[in-house]
Amino acid sequence: MDQHLLSLVLFTPLAGLVVLLLIPSRQKDLIRVWANLVGFVGFLISLPLVSRFDRSAGGFQMVERAGWIPSLGAQYLVGIDGISLLLIMLTTLVGFLAILSSWTAIQDRVKEYYAMFLLLQTGMLGVFMALDFFLFYVFWELVLVPMYFIIGVWGGPRKLYAAIKFFLYTLAGSVLMLLGILTLYFQHAQQFGSYTFEISELMKLDLPLGMQQWVFWAFFLGFAIKVPMFPFHTWLPDAHVEAPTAGSVILASVLLKMGTYGFIRFSLPLLPKASMDATIVKTLAVLSIIGIIYGALVSLMQADWKKLVAYSSVSHLGFCTLGIFALNPNGLAGSVMQQLNHGISTGMLFLIIGVLYERRHTREIAEYGGLAHVMPKYAVVFAIAMLSSAGLPLLNGFVGEFTILQGAFEASHVWAAFAVTGVILGAAYLLWLYQRTMLGQVTNGKNLHLADLSPRELAVFLPLMAWALWIGVYPKPYFEILEKPVAQIVERVRPGYFQGAAQAARTSPAEVVAGVR
Amino acid sequence: MSSFYTASDHFVLIPAIMLALFGCAVLLFDLLVEPRQRKYLVLLVTAGEIFTGVALVRQQMYLSANGLSQLAAFQGSLTVDGFAIFFNWIFLAATLIVAMVSYKYLDIAGEHHGEYYGLLLLAQCGMFFLAAGTDLITLFIGLELMALCFYVMVGFLRTEKRSNEAAMKYLLLGAFSSGFLVYGFSVMYGISGSTKLADVASAIGSRQPWDPVVFLAMVTTTVGLLFKISAVPFHMWAPDAYEGAPTTVTAYLSVASKAASMAFLLRIFLGPLAPARVSWEWLLSAVAIATMTVGNLAAINQNNIKRLLAYSSISHAGYMLLGLIAGNDTGIKGVAVYVLVYTFMNLGAFLVVVALRRKDIIGEELDDIAGLIHRSPGYASLMLIFLLSLAGIPPTAGFLGKYYIFLSLVETQHYTLAVIAVLYVAVAIYYYFRIVRAMFIRDAADRVPLASSLGLRVALGVSGVLTLGIGIYPEPFLQMAQVSLMR
Repeated sequence: MDQHLLSLVLFTPLAGLVVLLLIPSRQKDLIRVWANLVGFVGFLISLPLVSRFDRSAGGFQMVERAGWIPSLGAQYLVGIDGISLLLIMLTTLVGFLAILSSWTAIQDRVKEYYAMFLLLQTGMLGVFMALDFFLFYVFWELVLVPMYFIIGVWGGPRKLYAAIKFFLYTLAGSVLMLLGILTLYFQHAQQFGSYTFEISELMKLDLPLGMQQWVFWAFFLGFAIKVPMFPFHTWLPDAHVEAPTAGSVILASVLLKMGTYGFIRFSLPLLPKASMDATIVKTLAVLSIIGIIYGALVSLMQADWKKLVAYSSVSHLGFCTLGIFALNPNGLAGSVMQQLNHGISTGMLFLIIGVLYERRHTREIAEYGGLAHVMPKYAVVFAIAMLSSAGLPLLNGFVGEFTILQGAFEASHVWAAFAVTGVILGAAYLLWLYQRTMLGQVTNGKNLHLADLSPRELAVFLPLMAWALWIGVYPKPYFEILEKPVAQIVERVRPGYFQGAAQAARTSPAEVVAGVR
Repeated sequence: MSSFYTASDHFVLIPAIMLALFGCAVLLFDLLVEPRQRKYLVLLVTAGEIFTGVALVRQQMYLSANGLSQLAAFQGSLTVDGFAIFFNWIFLAATLIVAMVSYKYLDIAGEHHGEYYGLLLLAQCGMFFLAAGTDLITLFIGLELMALCFYVMVGFLRTEKRSNEAAMKYLLLGAFSSGFLVYGFSVMYGISGSTKLADVASAIGSRQPWDPVVFLAMVTTTVGLLFKISAVPFHMWAPDAYEGAPTTVTAYLSVASKAASMAFLLRIFLGPLAPARVSWEWLLSAVAIATMTVGNLAAINQNNIKRLLAYSSISHAGYMLLGLIAGNDTGIKGVAVYVLVYTFMNLGAFLVVVALRRKDIIGEELDDIAGLIHRSPGYASLMLIFLLSLAGIPPTAGFLGKYYIFLSLVETQHYTLAVIAVLYVAVAIYYYFRIVRAMFIRDAADRVPLASSLGLRVALGVSGVLTLGIGIYPEPFLQMAQVSLMR
């Protein structure tokens, strides 16, 4: 059991899916109970990952290896390091909460809905675990199909457009990424005489800068569309707005992280020269900064609540990519933290919208106002989610953004200066949103008798709020988990970085955050 | 002088003999059975395929037992090698699957005649010669045998105008293209003084690659071959023929005929024309790009599922050509794997269209498949798998075919072709998902479940299991394809 813990976590949703398919579709409640049970069990069995994880060890842990397609050199090879551990925990928790939040929201074609969610869950977990590029690609593409259906079948009025746009955008990027993967695969065969997709083997490649750059751009298209980085972000608002609540939650919390994770896991270590190339770093940093500011500005202008949060994702993910391409421990660790934090806080924000949408069936900000009087519990939850997203100290958002800015400052003062405006704008659009919807007098008669959060709804929020507070108050364990893997990636991209690190400025991120407080 | 019709000649020929014998037997038995009992002719077809299969297994075992890579017969005009056996298995599977689903369909269409099954087997007999032939005349006769059967089968719905029109178009254009092909062959004979592929190859090899006579032979032969695999600009017959033909025949035409023509094309381009590679590589590259472009773009706004799949199958021909253009081992293996997976996924997709046919409803429009998930969830789910596979999304078999093609292009540094090829995957997903959208998101006009028969269920099950199975655990099939390469 112990050696197969990762496989167990990975295939629990799939096993649950098989059983789910056997339940007749008329028994909606049984289906709901079963799906929630699978989601909950999936989360529970992922908990031992944390206790078994050895944060002092470098490299990948709990590795499982099995032959799969020897003719191609593809294996079933999974394993985790600190970065994937955090994202896997995020996936299992948010995946369960998303399923829980759908209890009343989905009344139509219930069985297929949960089936798609469970399939999606396996796909996402596989992406974060795979250490074989072929396996990774299979999971990467596997995610597309259930998400297409979740948006396309249970989505809003423009669901068909949004669903196919999501599919086409991501697919176009990922097939080009496939060409990059095949190039590395072939080059490995040229240099070492054996065909393999194993990441650690491919890292031994010594490629000229020119070829690394080409492969980098191929990977870039795959990952940047998924993140999404400016200017590839246009699918995101459509997909978010049209998707059902749980779909938006998963999309924002987990799916987008597949892109940033791809940069960290594949682009940087496999293509170190290209990742250090001045043009590439500069381009990526500029695109990130544009994303940060543009996303925030567009958020300010939204009349649709959900669209506002969607564009805020573009802004927040801009921080993540900026942190990655600061190429120093602070930037990278901060980026992973921010990915986690964005998953928690934006997940909450989408859930909050979902709660209200189920009651009023509109997301127009102008329809609301003064809700704090009618729904006090709801207002408190929203306040916490909003402040965590805005980066208030003592909540999670601050930890990530601050560390990223620290890293960005180390890389370039100008980047940091621009990125800071994103923090300010972020506070602006979120606080303004809160003011317009929650504060003041109740302006719309329809809102006078809205029901406050039910216990089930509250149960969805509690774990996320607790997690947000934990990270905000005591982030040290997280940075400890991230320290080794991040150091390894930085050492890989910038050999000798740590030898010269005796200088004062480069303290470890954990101390930095602790010092600030 | 070697003797005529030796034991080893006979051994090589057994599969074709079995197919021809059973093809004729079907025609005779048809006279004995009641019209209502015609469906039992399928059992006769199955028996024929079992005998053919046994013969193939024996040839395979003979080759491996004696460590031979090939076994030539009839003074080298027929050659059984891994390549021929591999393709013959594909023909066998396709014919059997099509025969199984046909009886119900033909009953509904009111044109259930015994000749149909005879034609199926005789067409397969022609395909045997296409895959195993190593002589220009043998190959040509095989091609004509196959094509003639298809001309009749396409027009099998005698009372339907569409079907007649399709058959007429297919016949005229087919005959025209055969003319080109034979002209090319005659020039090859002129160059070499022999009809054996090996002799032609060495004669062409002794000339310059840009030799005008060689070029003439290459261009005319290529035109004929491109017509058969429905590559642009010789694709015009395909959508009409596919749409007009009975759907079961369309399925057969789109997989078996294409597989056989690909085998034929590989024999020619890797044999006699291989020395002139520089002169045809650019030509085929242009054709492949045009084929993918026209196939994919024209498919986008088709509302008839058969026409949509016809254009999609045109684009697949483009992908297959890419493997030949790359021309290394990966590429050729890629074509073989591609043909294999294409057979099952494309058959599967057409079989679902076959199932849509009802007494009063032709069932070929996108509207007819709307809401299929509510009517027959099993069929809808299978169709989804077939379409994902056609688009090349892992973990379905179709991805594997494309994987090899893309890899071979990367290996031979055809980066531009590779980028074009992968981007058309994104285009293709758009039109395949028009069908998916209709099936899963739109509402059904009625809730009547689809027509079903034992044969159809078995055939769909087999196609579905293979399409998904080859995708998830491809190892045995890849080894099979590897063996087919050992030439």
